[in-house]
Amino acid sequence: MIIQKPGIAGTLESSDAQVTVEPGDGKIEFELESAVINQYGLQIRKITYDTLKRLGIDNVKIKIVDKGALDCTLKARIEGAVYRSCNQYNDLPWGGAIQ
Amino acid sequence: MINAVGRDIPEEILKITGKEIFQGNHYKDGYTYKMDGPMTHVVMDGRESKLVPSIADVLVKCGIRDGMTISFHHHFREGDYVVQMVMDEIHKMGIKDLTICASSLGKAQNGIVPYIEDGTITNIQSSGVRGKIGEAISAGKLKGLAIMRSHGGRVRAIESGETRIDIAFIGTPTCDDYGNCRGIGGKSDCGVLSYAIVDADHADKVVAITDMLKPYPNFPAHISETKVDYVVVVDKVGDPSKIATGAAKPTTDMRKLMMADYCTQFLIHTPYFKEGFSYQTGVGGASIASTVSLAKVMQERNIHMGFGVGGMSKPMCDLLVNGQVGCLLDTQDFDLDAVEDVKELKHFRISAGEYCDPYNKGAIVNKLDFVILGALEVDTHFNVNVVVGSNGVITGAQGGHPDTAACAKCSIIIAPLLQGRIPAVCTDVTTVTTPGESVDVVVTDYGIAINPARQDLIDCMKDVDLPFKTIEELRDIAYRISGKPERVQFSDRVVGIIEARDGTVMDVVRQTKPFEFS
Repeated sequence: MIIQKPGIAGTLESSDAQVTVEPGDGKIEFELESAVINQYGLQIRKITYDTLKRLGIDNVKIKIVDKGALDCTLKARIEGAVYRSCNQYNDLPWGGAIQ
Repeated sequence: MINAVGRDIPEEILKITGKEIFQGNHYKDGYTYKMDGPMTHVVMDGRESKLVPSIADVLVKCGIRDGMTISFHHHFREGDYVVQMVMDEIHKMGIKDLTICASSLGKAQNGIVPYIEDGTITNIQSSGVRGKIGEAISAGKLKGLAIMRSHGGRVRAIESGETRIDIAFIGTPTCDDYGNCRGIGGKSDCGVLSYAIVDADHADKVVAITDMLKPYPNFPAHISETKVDYVVVVDKVGDPSKIATGAAKPTTDMRKLMMADYCTQFLIHTPYFKEGFSYQTGVGGASIASTVSLAKVMQERNIHMGFGVGGMSKPMCDLLVNGQVGCLLDTQDFDLDAVEDVKELKHFRISAGEYCDPYNKGAIVNKLDFVILGALEVDTHFNVNVVVGSNGVITGAQGGHPDTAACAKCSIIIAPLLQGRIPAVCTDVTTVTTPGESVDVVVTDYGIAINPARQDLIDCMKDVDLPFKTIEELRDIAYRISGKPERVQFSDRVVGIIEARDGTVMDVVRQTKPFEFS
């Protein structure tokens, strides 16, 4: 998939995360602000890269402002932001690229 | 050196502080010593006035100078103006290298951070530090060491002479011109002055600061004129709306109500739940709900509490009003109902020393059956952390936690298994503040773990229908939901020590390191 325009998903509520994606400069640029970065920074980065790989994205600026979201929430927000940035609202690949 | 809770205390820290490592709760049992007393400037001439026109003047009269130790209490809680107004004047005079010995420091004192940065304050001794001061200490901005000690430990340090207070500043809601202080009857009432009593007894100079001067004698005095050198009247000692807030509304959070119910069910199945039992609890939502649900069972079974002790809030005062408790022994008031209730005949004010000092001839906590306490983290050794956040930053206070947990026959920790993403039950706490040997039971929303050291309690619960689990099982549930947390990265420099109630070293707190992806 190709990121076409900025896309955003999620909120700044406790236990949620706000994910913003933008077209990249030929690679994945990852930026993280998190209330739990000391304990879960590496895990959040891993989830982000895994999710992007599954979605077939290798060219993106992704920024996550995390308020202690669980992995499942982070995945869902990343997927939401990416599909919005691609203008795809129908025929979503449930059970495929979206796990 | 490795101490009794498995923490490695650097030799250098032991050398600088002259302290020993923690060797178990009963290491100092039976210790004998001579209490330290204050330098006393006698007043025999009745024409001499104690009233001084301003803070600046009283600082001069007390002979403030570099390197002194000054003290404060925290009864005005988040509404306190006293620390800031005294420190502003001291700063203007250019005094350096002060040690602050406070019963606690919090958000109300955020304004003193610049004085830490510029060397006006170089050492801090407190029950803990919330807010910006905690962040500043964790970032390494304090030149000396922060010593975090429990309420009982603070009394011990002062009585033993380990901490000598040069000047005590005691904010008081009312005072007369000769120094009789009371926590009620003014415009900024905090109810009691319990934590300031040891300061008044042992500091060389004692300054009462009030915003309500009463006609002599302001009796019955909570702190006596015989202890007070000077009285200063200021516009405001605090913001009443932040000193004592309205009573916390009973929680409607089903998770907390469930934990409260688990806690009550556990408590009533122990042998200590009988006519005349004693009880202490904090003011968290679940703790308050526990008191409410316990009161119901007490009524059904016609069982009365002998005494309730510690910080007071509405649910405890309701027990007194409803005749369900013999008396309340009050060290601190969390809401306006508690402040108001201080006027009741069976609501007694006690000093921090009477409450929980390990170094006197026996404190009230020694007589405690149950205590219900919160926690930031509990680990699989039942060690509890209430001072350092899981991110490594100093963010809380010991308060009476280690004192009550060490002494109560049944110490119950109540905490939701996850606080956001952070597991409250983990393999090793970031910092040990209360040792596992003090902790008997951990109640969470996912189950209850009894310390294996308490086989007697495990036996009592054999036929009780509660979701019992091992502490390792609770940790595993938390890690399954959240993922296993990484260890927080610290730099080598020690910025603070967690002192055990007997003055030995429980743990150290190191400077935090900004997170970087490797």
